[in-house]
Amino acid sequence: MSTQNHEGSIEVLTLDLDGHTFALPAACVHEILDLVAVTEVPGANPFVGGLINVRGRVVPFADLRHKFGMPVKPQTIDTRIVVIEVDIDGDATMVGLLADKVHEVTEIAATAVEEAPRIGLTWRREYIDCIGKLGDDFVVVLDITAIFSSTRRVRDGGGETGGRAAA
Amino acid sequence: MNISDPKDVFRQEAQDLLAQLEAVLLDLEHRPDDIELIDSAFRALHTIKGSGSMFGFEAVAAFTHHVETAFDRVRKGSVAPSRDLIAVALQAQDHMRSLIDNQEAADTRTGDAILTALQRVFDAPEAVSPAAAPTPQEATWRIRMRLPADVMANGTNPLLLLDELRGLGTATITALTDDIPPLAEINPTECYLGWDVVLSTSQPKSAIEDVFIFVRDEMSLEIERLDVCDPVPRIGEILTDLQYASKDAVDAGLAQQKPLGEILVKAGEVSPDKLASALAEQQHLQRENVAQKASTHATIRVPAERLDELMDRVGELVIAQSRLRQITKSGVDPQATSVAEEIERLVLELRDTTMGIRMVPIGSLFGRFRRVVHDLSRDLGKHVALTMEGEETELDKTVIEQLNDPLVHLIRNAIDHGIEDPDVRAAAGKPSEGRILLAARHAGTEVLITVRDDGRGLNRERIRARAVERGLLPAGTEIPDNELFQVLFQPGFSTAEKVTSLSGRGVGMDVVKRTVEALRSKIDIASPPSGGTSVTLRLPLTLAIIDGLLVRIGNGRYVLPLGTVEECVELTAAADAQSRGRSFLNIRGELVPFMRLRELFACKTPPDEFQKVVIVSSGDLKVGLVVDQVIGDHQTVIKSLSKLHSDIAMFSGATILGDGTVAMILDVPHLVEYGQVREERLKAVG
Repeated sequence: MSTQNHEGSIEVLTLDLDGHTFALPAACVHEILDLVAVTEVPGANPFVGGLINVRGRVVPFADLRHKFGMPVKPQTIDTRIVVIEVDIDGDATMVGLLADKVHEVTEIAATAVEEAPRIGLTWRREYIDCIGKLGDDFVVVLDITAIFSSTRRVRDGGGETGGRAAA
Repeated sequence: MNISDPKDVFRQEAQDLLAQLEAVLLDLEHRPDDIELIDSAFRALHTIKGSGSMFGFEAVAAFTHHVETAFDRVRKGSVAPSRDLIAVALQAQDHMRSLIDNQEAADTRTGDAILTALQRVFDAPEAVSPAAAPTPQEATWRIRMRLPADVMANGTNPLLLLDELRGLGTATITALTDDIPPLAEINPTECYLGWDVVLSTSQPKSAIEDVFIFVRDEMSLEIERLDVCDPVPRIGEILTDLQYASKDAVDAGLAQQKPLGEILVKAGEVSPDKLASALAEQQHLQRENVAQKASTHATIRVPAERLDELMDRVGELVIAQSRLRQITKSGVDPQATSVAEEIERLVLELRDTTMGIRMVPIGSLFGRFRRVVHDLSRDLGKHVALTMEGEETELDKTVIEQLNDPLVHLIRNAIDHGIEDPDVRAAAGKPSEGRILLAARHAGTEVLITVRDDGRGLNRERIRARAVERGLLPAGTEIPDNELFQVLFQPGFSTAEKVTSLSGRGVGMDVVKRTVEALRSKIDIASPPSGGTSVTLRLPLTLAIIDGLLVRIGNGRYVLPLGTVEECVELTAAADAQSRGRSFLNIRGELVPFMRLRELFACKTPPDEFQKVVIVSSGDLKVGLVVDQVIGDHQTVIKSLSKLHSDIAMFSGATILGDGTVAMILDVPHLVEYGQVREERLKAVG
């Protein structure tokens, strides 16, 4: 999915995770929900350790904090679920993402977009599409497809998960 | 998904017509005298030609024209539908299909070759087929019978005559009681009644006359043909037609703008019985009308995605409705409660109807295999008759679509390996024509599909030797048939000495197994000593919904497919304590291993005081699952898991509960397998 439109600027949804501001390409965002009951999936990777009901559909629930090594804090009044559509091995899949807070849909000008630097980032570079400048702040634009496909790669290698007992 | 391109509409229609044509041609091979089959083949060809040229499929129309002309000669009885003719017609049918799929790419030479072959068949001297009886057409008759007064004294029971009429078709019978004298004058042995009957039947008029053959001379009988037209005739028209009322009386009555019948009866123009007879006739015609309309508009086409969408919406509705119920249960307003109950009933009915839409009779799939059998037996020089049972058995559409490939493999195997050459069969004292049975039936929550042949059966020794040779089985062990035959599903396993174009490579059964497992199904193979082989696929009734048992483990709720649940027992304190070392339960003398799902799911909450064990089974194996609470049964709409979770084998899917939360569905066969493996390990240790 190309995140850039013909003028080169990108439209993004900004959200907070553990005090950092991230951005998702707005094109992949379906809707934003208040936090609903999450059903735990025993044996799943904690990053995608739950399922939620989005209008009668069973949708995996992902917590990026596990992916980025952030502490898992209890929910607040601002906690939201961002429902996105992401391509997982050729299947368009709906996924609910946890966000500590959702800000706005905004545009990042083409001139304010930079490639992610090789050093100085806490998070793995392959999860990051680019760095955008928004006012005086920098936001990290996430590469959603990479985040979800690497989930599978790591798991196929037999890492990360704990309780795949009956597999 | 709107199908707006008229060419696509034509393609779809033509696919149906070609399928129909194929079925008719195959039937014709067995019943060459059936004029109705020839007619419907002709009709299918005619429609393809007509709509083909209308939608710009000129090549199709031109080619079909020739075939149609040929069939016109068959229809007129100047040429008999021989085996050769049918074989060519089937080729022609295939050619039409490829022309429709891809007009430009189709080779005109193929078409020409088929037409030449067709011509040759016609030129061959051929016995003229006997003129078959004309197609019976349903007609509606008006029968007025007035029996002589002494009919009963002569030994005729009028009721039996009426019963016989009913036996011919749909009958509406009205008794006319006008002639019954006052009670004092009645002679109980005399018949005072007359009858008006409206009968819709496919039998000819002579069949109706035959009913009255013994009383015909004494009685008065009028049989007239009625036209089932739309709109049905008005009551006044019927009354005058029956000569129960004069035209003048009817017109006078009509002028009064009231129900005509009432007026005429009041005026003494018509007796109530005669009016009843006329009304009955009107209603009968109305029903026939509706029936005729229904048969012409019986089905419509809907893209499958729309059904899925509908199913999702209904799922949401069910969830919203159960929230409504929880609110009204707290007793706000009795009126609101009654509305909520009404809505609940409607929603559940709507859900059942929606589920029903997805079900398709398996006959639509079975029909395709007749061609497979026809072609294969021709190629291999074997005579094979295919019989089908239970075509009306309904299965989820998605399941039916995926069954095609495995069944083709099984049928190929049966013809190629199972059924012997005609001379071998003759030597063994079997009829030279081999039989294959394709049967479907319901069994509990499963649908069983069986492919059975009466061939040579499976060679146990050779399979065992091959399996040992390939290291799949240890040498010198006796194992039951069921386990032995499972090696047939190993990829690359084949006992065939020579590889034919059809089979022997050992790929087919592997494909069968994989497809069938993907459908959460099982395969049984049997080869009784009496001969023949039968392969049975055990499929779940539907992939969309199951009856489930809702249980709680820790804080989580889970669904077990009810079909796998044997019983629920309490985990006694004694068994609980004992099971530290060994996890076995004694169920009526049978040792059943059990496992604690709390441990498997790494539950952190403290266990309930009284734990329950749900005994589940898969095949012949049983295993106990320890849960905190058995909540009850639950109609479970199965939602498949995304790729993010599809590798967790403990769960086969998820569902949405009444309160809107998601619950996981446990995959019982996997859990049972896991429990058995663990038991073996424990045994080895202890």
